[in-house]
Amino acid sequence: MKSRSLILRKTSDKVVKAVSILAAFFGVFFLAWIMFTVLKFGFKSFSLSFLIEPTKPYGVADGGIANALLGTLLITFGASALGVPLGLLGGVYLSEFAKNSKKGNIIRFSANVMMGIPSIIVGLFVYTLLVYTTKSFSGFAGSVALAIIMFPIVVRTTDDMLSMVPNSLRESALALGSSRWRTTLSIVFRAAKSGLITGVLLSVARVSGETAPLLFTALWSDSWPTSYFTQPTANLTVTITEYATNSPFEQMHIKAWGAALLVTLVVLMLNIACRIIFMEAKHARK
Amino acid sequence: MRGVYRPVFYENKKMKQKKKQDKSAADRIFYITTMFCAFLVLVIMCGFFVQLFIHSFPAIKKFGFTFLVSGEWDPVRNIYGAASAIYGTAITTIIAMAIAVPLSFLIALFLVEMAHPVLSRIIGQAIELLAAIPSIIYGMWGLFVFVPFMQNYVGPFLADTLKLKWLPLFQGPCTGFGLLTAGIVLAFMVLPFISAVMRDVFKMVPPVLKESAYGCGATTWEVTFDVTMKYGMQGLLGAVFLGLGRAVGETMAVLFIIGNTPRISASLFESGTTISATLANNFAESSGVFQSVLLELGLVLLAITFLIQIAAQFWLNMVRRKFGGNI
Repeated sequence: MKSRSLILRKTSDKVVKAVSILAAFFGVFFLAWIMFTVLKFGFKSFSLSFLIEPTKPYGVADGGIANALLGTLLITFGASALGVPLGLLGGVYLSEFAKNSKKGNIIRFSANVMMGIPSIIVGLFVYTLLVYTTKSFSGFAGSVALAIIMFPIVVRTTDDMLSMVPNSLRESALALGSSRWRTTLSIVFRAAKSGLITGVLLSVARVSGETAPLLFTALWSDSWPTSYFTQPTANLTVTITEYATNSPFEQMHIKAWGAALLVTLVVLMLNIACRIIFMEAKHARK
Repeated sequence: MRGVYRPVFYENKKMKQKKKQDKSAADRIFYITTMFCAFLVLVIMCGFFVQLFIHSFPAIKKFGFTFLVSGEWDPVRNIYGAASAIYGTAITTIIAMAIAVPLSFLIALFLVEMAHPVLSRIIGQAIELLAAIPSIIYGMWGLFVFVPFMQNYVGPFLADTLKLKWLPLFQGPCTGFGLLTAGIVLAFMVLPFISAVMRDVFKMVPPVLKESAYGCGATTWEVTFDVTMKYGMQGLLGAVFLGLGRAVGETMAVLFIIGNTPRISASLFESGTTISATLANNFAESSGVFQSVLLELGLVLLAITFLIQIAAQFWLNMVRRKFGGNI
């Protein structure tokens, strides 16, 4: 082995250490910078009327985001109603019936790959599937797109969380004579409750800030989301895009920041809530 | 499980039949339902390819293979080529990875080898929160804060203070919008994904290995470079490819700050476009062949990210098998 002088080795070690401290600081600094900007601009437009008044037609400065907020809630709720049960059941198959089988591993692998497929592709897919065929953008199509994004996340977390439940629990339930589905739904699910909730919340957090798939499906409107199944539906993220890029008015930019603040806060809260729930569950198990 | 004594149990036909009958109808329905849901993953994956291929067929028929290499983008004459979008995607991704990979490596090193556990957890969580911020927020922040910052400080600094103006990379005025800005913002978007996986890989290297290197008198950096990195190479590669997949497909942040002009220019200060930005920017008012062209671009993006993800998951699976852990 090549001999290196001690001073050189020690200095290079020190340099790398210093740089890595700097790198970590840089990462945190970036988070702080973004959060600071969002808070600073967002709070300017935050008021009660901002939250309960609908958006006004293009160019009219005052007005709120209530319709977009309601639309986002509708779309996200629809997505959860579709994606969560399917994802939970898929996860049950992986952990209960295909633990170490080849089939299970293939599905696990594809779910992991699917999680990394860009959301814009999902948007295009749903466009060709629902919007192109029915010839109209709709909030429901947006829900389907978001559900497809949620689906592999819920499948994988359910699989992981159910796998952590000790086999003795299943065996005792089965030994008492309960059927497989009863065992899974009322014993295994209950034991893994906090983990499952974390998975679902994480997937909701992941999709509630999504924009790209909604551009191709739910589109945007400036009225109340009255026809969720047949018409373009207002939603927060596309409203932000519209206000931030397609408008020269300072007032609309401020509105966009307000909506951005709302979205960021909700997403970060969901994420932090997940961490706390998961942490508590871990401690409880110990 | 070789070497473990296992009683061999032979089932005869009768017992097999009995086993089948034991499963009640409800259980069988439950089994089939869950299996259907699990296989839905495969169905949707295939559906992506099939649907996009069918709908991009008019464009494939019209432009053929030249679509991928032609840089022409002329909506008036209805002639389109994907080269400018592919070029922009490649350049922004390269910039992003060039920044994010070393930075994530250093952050993982800091979190695992240097920081106090409490500090490490706090900073680790903070950096993970970066991944939670929706991409549109990065886009807005980029548009209103980072673009002016690039225009006023970073651009002039690179061109004038460092005297890099003669390089073809830094030609022309820096308006803030462009490939370089998009690449830098992308870097910070993928950084948390890469550093989280790298941190897990670092943590999973057996302490015995590290301790023996320390015992030989190696410094922290030498242990990291010669032991940890070589031992966890597949995990690190998996992490890099995971980030790569994110960077290639990112839409909203890039859309806001890249300038959206379909052209190929050597200068990083110039505006350009990426595949996903082209899609998001043009899709709403598209129809006919143009829409088909956009869907073909989507198909190209899907194929690229699909291959990247497969590589990433392949490596991560190898690591999972090696360490037996969860990454």
